[in-house]
Amino acid sequence: MPPNPKPATPLDLPDELRQKIDAIVSRYPESPRAAVLMVLHSLQGRFGYISEDGIRWTAERLGLEPVKVLEVVSFYPGFHQHPVGRLHFRVCRTLSCAMAGSIELMEKLCELKGIDIKAMHGHRNPVLVSDDGEVSVEYAECLAACGFAPVCMVNHDTHEHLTADKAADLLGQYRAKSGETSAAH
Amino acid sequence: MDSIRYIAGKEPHPRERRMIFRNVDREGWDTRFATYVADGGYLELRKALAMKPAEVTAEVRTSGLRGRGGAGFPTGVKWTFIPPDNTKPVYLICNADESEPGTFKDRYILHQDPHQLLEGMAIAAYAVGARKAFIYIREEFPDAARILEEAIDEAVRENILGENILGTEFSLEIIVHRGAGAYICGEETGLIESLEGKRPYPRIKPPYFPAALGLWMCPTIVNNVETLCHVKHVIAMGGSEYAAVGTRNNSGTRILCVSGDVVKPGYYEIEVGRMTLGELIDDVCGGMRPGRALKAVIPGGSSSKVLRGDETFTIRTPDGASSGLALRDIPLDFDTLAACGSMAGSGGVIVIDDSRSISWVLNNINAFYAHESCGQCTPCREGALWMRKITDRVVEGRGTPTDIDTLLSIAGQIEGRTICAFGEACAWPTQSFIHKFRDELTGATSEDNAAKASNPEAVAQRRYLAEAAAAGSAR
Ligand SMILES: Cc1cc2nc3c(=O)[nH]c(=O)nc-3n(C[C@H](O)[C@H](O)[C@H](O)COP(=O)(O)O)c2cc1C
Ligand code: SF4
Ligand code: FES
Repeated sequence: MPPNPKPATPLDLPDELRQKIDAIVSRYPESPRAAVLMVLHSLQGRFGYISEDGIRWTAERLGLEPVKVLEVVSFYPGFHQHPVGRLHFRVCRTLSCAMAGSIELMEKLCELKGIDIKAMHGHRNPVLVSDDGEVSVEYAECLAACGFAPVCMVNHDTHEHLTADKAADLLGQYRAKSGETSAAH
Repeated sequence: MDSIRYIAGKEPHPRERRMIFRNVDREGWDTRFATYVADGGYLELRKALAMKPAEVTAEVRTSGLRGRGGAGFPTGVKWTFIPPDNTKPVYLICNADESEPGTFKDRYILHQDPHQLLEGMAIAAYAVGARKAFIYIREEFPDAARILEEAIDEAVRENILGENILGTEFSLEIIVHRGAGAYICGEETGLIESLEGKRPYPRIKPPYFPAALGLWMCPTIVNNVETLCHVKHVIAMGGSEYAAVGTRNNSGTRILCVSGDVVKPGYYEIEVGRMTLGELIDDVCGGMRPGRALKAVIPGGSSSKVLRGDETFTIRTPDGASSGLALRDIPLDFDTLAACGSMAGSGGVIVIDDSRSISWVLNNINAFYAHESCGQCTPCREGALWMRKITDRVVEGRGTPTDIDTLLSIAGQIEGRTICAFGEACAWPTQSFIHKFRDELTGATSEDNAAKASNPEAVAQRRYLAEAAAAGSAR
């Protein structure tokens, strides 16, 4: 299958993003397949997760069997196959953060949003979404800021020293921010 | 140097020697090209481009620079592993996956001093003959990826990267490639598979040594972010002067990342071997938390073997004599930590005090490896999960004393029997924690658990006996 700059699978992509993806693919003349992570990041940036159509579209764009894209999406914890919350919390679960109270932070976040923390058990670090879709939580493994534990990401931002007692405030700050942007639009 | 001021509250400790982190937390510093150049940036690239590539590699060999990504392999030696008769393109990859638990140094270079990395990479690419290089950066650093792309664009505009750099024959394209949240992408062959757009299943060595058969089966040099930054300083100082920093066979500075139960955790750049573990903990990091005693240290990222706070090590000095060394007296270098049975690894020092339960700590580490095994090799995929499940039950008070030996036997069946060094990385914590803290771990288990009413085996046994009895009475 040759790469196809105009995949048949319908996907609601603005022209600007299509051009960005074309530019990404052009960086890998050795093998379009190498562009797969970067293309998927572009799609996840737009839709918040990778849909089945997203997988098909990517496969056609890069000239791959869809399974070649699916096996990548399903392997990496950084890709979601289902929508996450508007605010996606990634709480570091690894040693230095756990010692500093990141497990308590997770418990607090779940409590604040009525998420059943029991579903968090197991070794797969599942993503749990609040009923209202505002917040999703997930354990992450070491986020490389261990000296300033507990560490937690909210969407693309990294927060340090984020103990459980600061969880409600942080949530409030993000709510205020999204209130501002939606008011501005 | 004295003119440099640092952001209030983030000043380096007086015992630090900042080369790589010179601009981290520096007052008035930003990531623009102009800022870097005004500070003398890219002079070393000019200097290197006036040398022959082999001369650059020779300087790096003379410097004794060893990789800061984990294995401590001599960088200049690695560069000479590219087959001499090679006709394929050569690639350089900067490993910016920084994901070894306890390690947080590359993050600050990437976010605050991108041009230092680009300069180091350009010099390294010139030395090894690469015309295309990649920065494989972990997905959780989205801002750094953007900062790097901007820095690359600026450098291309200024003819520091791109075609015919600074009017020479040398051209170099650098591409920022984002990972997607998997620890195994830090392992260099897993990284290469990931870059090729596949699952990051590490390749078996031999034959797939990246320097010979790497990206797209072409010679590929993979180096850590910090290592590549050091290359710039090697060229600035000259190999032999650089070799005089630090100690013999352990040259240069390195960034130690201290986390856990000290008063002032953080990043500290020191001359390799010129500070002891005790000085790091007690002087630089302000000591243990009040009222607490040192119980254990994991000295080089979670994959390195744990050391006990009250341990004395018998090591051989260079003149052949053996000497006893208390934990706090270990000089922080590559060779002594190896002689003490652990490793300097990635520079992540995790300090654990006497308030911590060892079974809880080991369980947390086991959970990391169970989650991150790529799943290719059976001993690693199954064993890592079994070890986690066993320490799960020890932590929950359901363990039996035989669990400790079961753990050891599983770890022993992983170590040395896998495709990549993750196997050792996940076996060593279990082995070393049991070796050093066997009594405490056994104490967390109970003989009674084997027969406890709530134990699943006991439940199954009771059901079996009841059914057998019912069947018997019906007859
Ligand atoms: C499981 C595993 C994870 C690793 N993770 C990293 C990492 O996050 N960053 C890194 O630079 N090296 C990591 N390494 C080491 C790399 O494989 C490789 O040795 C290193 O990038 C070489 O660079 P250096 O010679 O400059 O140290 C890891 C190795 C293993 C086995
Ligand atoms: S040792 Fe583990 S991580 Fe490494 S290749 Fe095998 S299964 Fe994957
Ligand atoms: S352990 Fe949480 S950032 Fe490293």
